[in-house]
Amino acid sequence: MKWVPVCDREAVPPEYGVAALVDGRAVALFRTAEDELFAVDNVDPFTGAGVISRGIVGDRDGEPTVASPLLKHVFSLRSGVCLDEPSTQLPTFPIRHRQGSVEIGLG
Amino acid sequence: MNRTLVIIGHGMVGHRLIEDVRTRDEAGTWHIVVLGEETHPAYDRVGLSSYLDGKTAEDLGLVTHEVATDPRVELRTGTTVAGIDRHHRRVTTTDGTTIDYDALVLATGSRPFVPPVPGHELPGCHVYRTLDDLDAIRAAATPGRTGVVVGGGLLGLEAAGALQTLGMDTHIVEMAPRLMPVQVDEGGGHILGRLIGDLGLHVHTGTATETIHAGEHGHVEAVTLTDGIVLDTDTVVFSAGIRPRDDLAEPAGLGRGPRGGILVDEYCRTGDEHIWAIGECAAVDGHCYGLVAPGYSMATAVAEQLLENSDTPFGGADTATKLKLLGVDVASFGDAHAGTEGALEVVYANNAAGNYTKLVLSDDARTLLGGVLVGDATAYATLRPLVGHELPAAPEQLLLPEGDGVGTGALPDEATVCSCNNVSKADITEVVTTQQAGDVAGIKACTKAGTSCGSCVPMLKNLLGECGVQVSKALCEHFAQSRAELFEIVQVTGITSFSELIDRHGNGRGCDICKPAVASILASLGSPHILDDEQAGLQDTNDRFLANMQRNGTYSVVPRVPGGEITPDKLITLGKVAGEFGLYTKITGGQRIDLFGARVEHLPEIWRRLAEAGFESGHAYGKALRTVKSCVGTDWCRYGVQDSVTMAIRLELRYRGLRAPHKIKAGVSGCARECAEARSKDFGVIATEQGWNLYVGGNGGFNPRHAELLATDLTDEELVRLIDRFLMFYVRTADRLQRTAAWIESFDDGLEHVREVVVDDSLGIAEELAEAMDRHTRNYTDEWSGVLEDPEKLSRFVSFVNAPGAPDPTIEFTEQRGQIRPAPVELPLPNVRAEQEVSA
Ligand SMILES: Cc1cc2nc3c(=O)[nH]c(=O)nc-3n(C[C@H](O)[C@H](O)[C@H](O)COP(=O)(O)OP(=O)(O)OC[C@H]3O[C@@H](n4cnc5c(N)ncnc54)[C@H](O)[C@@H]3O)c2cc1C
Ligand code: SF4
Repeated sequence: MKWVPVCDREAVPPEYGVAALVDGRAVALFRTAEDELFAVDNVDPFTGAGVISRGIVGDRDGEPTVASPLLKHVFSLRSGVCLDEPSTQLPTFPIRHRQGSVEIGLG
Repeated sequence: MNRTLVIIGHGMVGHRLIEDVRTRDEAGTWHIVVLGEETHPAYDRVGLSSYLDGKTAEDLGLVTHEVATDPRVELRTGTTVAGIDRHHRRVTTTDGTTIDYDALVLATGSRPFVPPVPGHELPGCHVYRTLDDLDAIRAAATPGRTGVVVGGGLLGLEAAGALQTLGMDTHIVEMAPRLMPVQVDEGGGHILGRLIGDLGLHVHTGTATETIHAGEHGHVEAVTLTDGIVLDTDTVVFSAGIRPRDDLAEPAGLGRGPRGGILVDEYCRTGDEHIWAIGECAAVDGHCYGLVAPGYSMATAVAEQLLENSDTPFGGADTATKLKLLGVDVASFGDAHAGTEGALEVVYANNAAGNYTKLVLSDDARTLLGGVLVGDATAYATLRPLVGHELPAAPEQLLLPEGDGVGTGALPDEATVCSCNNVSKADITEVVTTQQAGDVAGIKACTKAGTSCGSCVPMLKNLLGECGVQVSKALCEHFAQSRAELFEIVQVTGITSFSELIDRHGNGRGCDICKPAVASILASLGSPHILDDEQAGLQDTNDRFLANMQRNGTYSVVPRVPGGEITPDKLITLGKVAGEFGLYTKITGGQRIDLFGARVEHLPEIWRRLAEAGFESGHAYGKALRTVKSCVGTDWCRYGVQDSVTMAIRLELRYRGLRAPHKIKAGVSGCARECAEARSKDFGVIATEQGWNLYVGGNGGFNPRHAELLATDLTDEELVRLIDRFLMFYVRTADRLQRTAAWIESFDDGLEHVREVVVDDSLGIAEELAEAMDRHTRNYTDEWSGVLEDPEKLSRFVSFVNAPGAPDPTIEFTEQRGQIRPAPVELPLPNVRAEQEVSA
């Protein structure tokens, strides 16, 4: 696996999402209050718009989630599965935090 | 087999017959032709008075989309039947058209009785029965002038309440020694007279109208009463009783009752086996009923016979009544006058408090026969269904304020809870326990209970509770509290952050439901900038980027244009900015100019340009005040009576930035012509010569609603104060995403409750609400300038953290009518489904 550094850790505030361009692809990065990092595809599968990073972060029954800002579908940040319509899923990416910077795993 | 059912009269009962036949007629036997004389299809006549108090003809309409589009129902309005030819089974209308029937039902209702007083036919004399009558009264009424209602019964008092709503100085003339002589006894009538007088109505009892005088132009000018009093008036409304409309009976050879009405037996059958009569025009075994509930039972009885399901007789009638007049509670039910042999009366009267209650009991004092309630009729809902049943407790316990009242538990299963629609307690518990209904709205939909006069709605709530249904008010899985409760908690504890609130009063981390709701509460209570620190992550995307996200992930920008007034220079700036950033422009429904298609990274630059030209945030993105629309008013319009533009600008600047449970829109019209469509707004202001009229609760979202009148003839200052209180009360107590219309409906007394709190200050909080609004106004700052001045906030307006200027590859535009629009997106099939298709 190739780890690509993306941004400073501080650029992703807690309980918040940002978008990054990784290898030409838009990825949504999130950090929870417990300091866990997640990365999923930024494109909302229901609308085709690159907006997932701008959704509200939260939890459902303890599962960390993000709600798409367009039609409010809620996705698990761990698996990318849409909790309202489990047949739809967001691709997820390995993500880690190393020496003050956030890295995404590719390949 | 196709047969034709002709119904004469499309009133409340005729319409109920259509519904009853259509829901039962599974085989589709009957083709129904309804001939109605009025130009309006059937409407809720019981609610007629609310037509002068905010409701529209559509609001009152009874015909659902389902019935209107039913191919088996043919509705002919504006059609009067002139005669019935029983031999050929044919009816003829006044324009000569004939219609053949297999079955005929007369549902012609009644006509108002006008006593033959000299002058009763002069222009200026009205009756009170139809929408058209009320239109005529509305057109004739002049605020401040005297209006006279002849008749102090139930209808007379309603008519008087209506004239008062129209701003008239209202007199009621009643021949009997007390008001509502039919329903209320002497003791109750005495207190009722006083309560009505306290409302500012003038009551003349024990006297009659002697002559109505014409003025120079032949229009009513004055009324002389038999006790010599002369009232100067140009508006007289007769409401002195009704007479059944039975004119079609005799020429057709059908019998009439001893006191009028089309004579029918207990099955509502006339002497002709093909003809029935139902509703107010029917004399069932000689007796006519002037209420809607018995009419509905008659309709059901006839529907059953037409479909040969069963021959159930019309089972007699509940003649309980409750006055719907503003502010005075009166109810009478069962044997109110203790006419039953050996009946006992138990009376509690409190003159000081203005309460009178009487129960009529059987000779052994155990069975309830009837009662009268004046001043406080809360016990009506539980007592009325108990008629004919054994009392569950001692009478004083049921009536005295210290007593506990009766719970619905005490009611036998067969007791009628909703008398308008004849729904029993068992019918309701059935739909609740089988989970067909889980709340009041569900019960209404399944059983029709509570859909007419509404007096049984509190009982429906109790029944739900008894069936073990807990109506959860939890905001979401993270907070067990309702939005209103969280508001109180935040206000009292002074908590200023979401994390502290959820730590102390909730659980988990929050979600897209509670986070924006709490952000809105914090903002209403005067927190710092909505993007400060943790707040940013709570906001819906619109608030987070202070712009409206559109379908392709771009944003629209809507600067504030208070009252819709804009200078040519500002218009040019908007055009220039739109041109430079390649934006699509459109004028919105709320008199704003909307710029679409802005990329997130362009928002700050667009706003810098707009702010330089003097624009500020229009909050089109927020659950906040959006617009105050206005007409041109006295400045330019030849009809205007007040300066609607100045008022709209004042209101918009006052409430800008106010965060609320849902978006708020408003309008101000300079006269009753209503060019600003103010009555479709959350609050609407319409100018009259006497001042401003304030309407609230329009804009129902999915369910269109008209705003209802809250207060009249206000000065500028009074208007602003009332809106302050109204909005703050809404902001503090409404549920998440509850519009003003639904919020008002959520109170048991609806608008009445809002009026008590906001206008009469019944809770003593009016001052506090107004102060909170003053605080909001003082602390207002433009949210966009807050962003432009703060590099940290600005740094979030990028497409990608690691490539701030790179355009988002998913955004593409095409062209249409010379402007951009989002390119259609082709969505890939979701993975899982594709796999299933392959293996199948
Ligand atoms: C202001 C007001 C308040 C009321 N409040 C209450 C209340 O609180 N509780 C209550 O129970 N009742 C109340 N009522 C009474 C209730 O409205 C009536 O009992 C009910 O409407 C009767 O229904 P109906 O169908 O028999 O008659 P209607 O609703 O009067 O309908 C009869 C229809 O037949 C039409 N018609 C008559 N002749 C012909 C013809 N020859 N050809 C074609 N069409 C014809 C008439 O134009 C009319 O539209 C109130 C009535 C009024 C006016
Ligand atoms: S509402 Fe009245 S004042 Fe305003 S534009 Fe229309 S007609 Fe003129």
